[in-house]
Amino acid sequence: MKGLFVILACWLVGNFLSMLIDGYLSGNIIGMLLLFTLLCCGVVKKESVEEVAKFLLGTMALFFVPFGVGLIDSYSVILDNITAIVVATVVSTFGVIVAVGWVFQLLNRRGNG
Amino acid sequence: MVDAIIRSDLFLLALTIGLFLISGYLFRKTKLMLLHPVLLTAVAVILFLKIADIDYSHYKESVALLDFALGLSVVALGYLMYEQVERLKSATLPVIGATIVGCVVGIGLVVGIALLFGMERDIITSIAPKSVTVPIAIAVSEPLGGSVAVTSVVVFCTGVLGSICGAKLLELCRVTDPMARGFALGAASHGIGTARAIELGAVEGAMSGLAMALTGFGTAVVLPLVEKYLY
Repeated sequence: MKGLFVILACWLVGNFLSMLIDGYLSGNIIGMLLLFTLLCCGVVKKESVEEVAKFLLGTMALFFVPFGVGLIDSYSVILDNITAIVVATVVSTFGVIVAVGWVFQLLNRRGNG
Repeated sequence: MVDAIIRSDLFLLALTIGLFLISGYLFRKTKLMLLHPVLLTAVAVILFLKIADIDYSHYKESVALLDFALGLSVVALGYLMYEQVERLKSATLPVIGATIVGCVVGIGLVVGIALLFGMERDIITSIAPKSVTVPIAIAVSEPLGGSVAVTSVVVFCTGVLGSICGAKLLELCRVTDPMARGFALGAASHGIGTARAIELGAVEGAMSGLAMALTGFGTAVVLPLVEKYLY
């Protein structure tokens, strides 16, 4: 219960801050940062949010099913741009994996050596 | 009467969760990526809506609770970040460097290729955050005018692609450091990649979760600027 309140409160304050910065970052993303900060400072105890957070993170896949169902209306947009979308997706996914892997390994070695 | 029940919020919500549970069962039995619970459930719901002649806007309103829960789970990602805070401290430089590279390369390649193909602005916005976890990708693309359905599908495909090919690709490129391998999977293919990283090992899984949260946040910060000035 307390955990749910903390998460709701972070989101609410996040929404407020989001308005102050003209919606540059959405309220829930600011809320994520707030929760992280509160946990780091020890204002919120790990135990109090653990249960709710783990439930939410574990069930998250269910929550985006409705967006997938949105394809019913927007599949044509994807079909019209299918080549570009496929090329962009494949190239950038592989690009990120290789670039991030290399950079991380390089910096991590240097740090340890 | 049947029609009233079928169109009720309660029924549509129960149907979605029920189908998701069945899909999850099938997925665990077969381990086929094509039968990923999200994909399977979405397809099944689409078929149902078509047969029952219910339009998407009615469905979306009926399952608004899931939308709300998705917002909550974005906030809960803050907890995921906190769980990895010790690892973050032990490898601050690589984590920060790799997060920046991940965001820049991810957004840069998608937007660059999309511009080469002459894609429309709305669609570029929809697919630009494709490497980050769905809730963040949606939180980023929706206010900028992207189509959330396109975003979620492309994000989903990216996750599947990264999770199938990621480990092999990292081997080919001689990335052997388990921390780097996990971080790369999470940065490129978010939650679905993280599920794969957990199979590779505990360190890989933890780093992947951290990468997912950090690149998600980084992308949320960078993309509105890119959208405003670059395309």
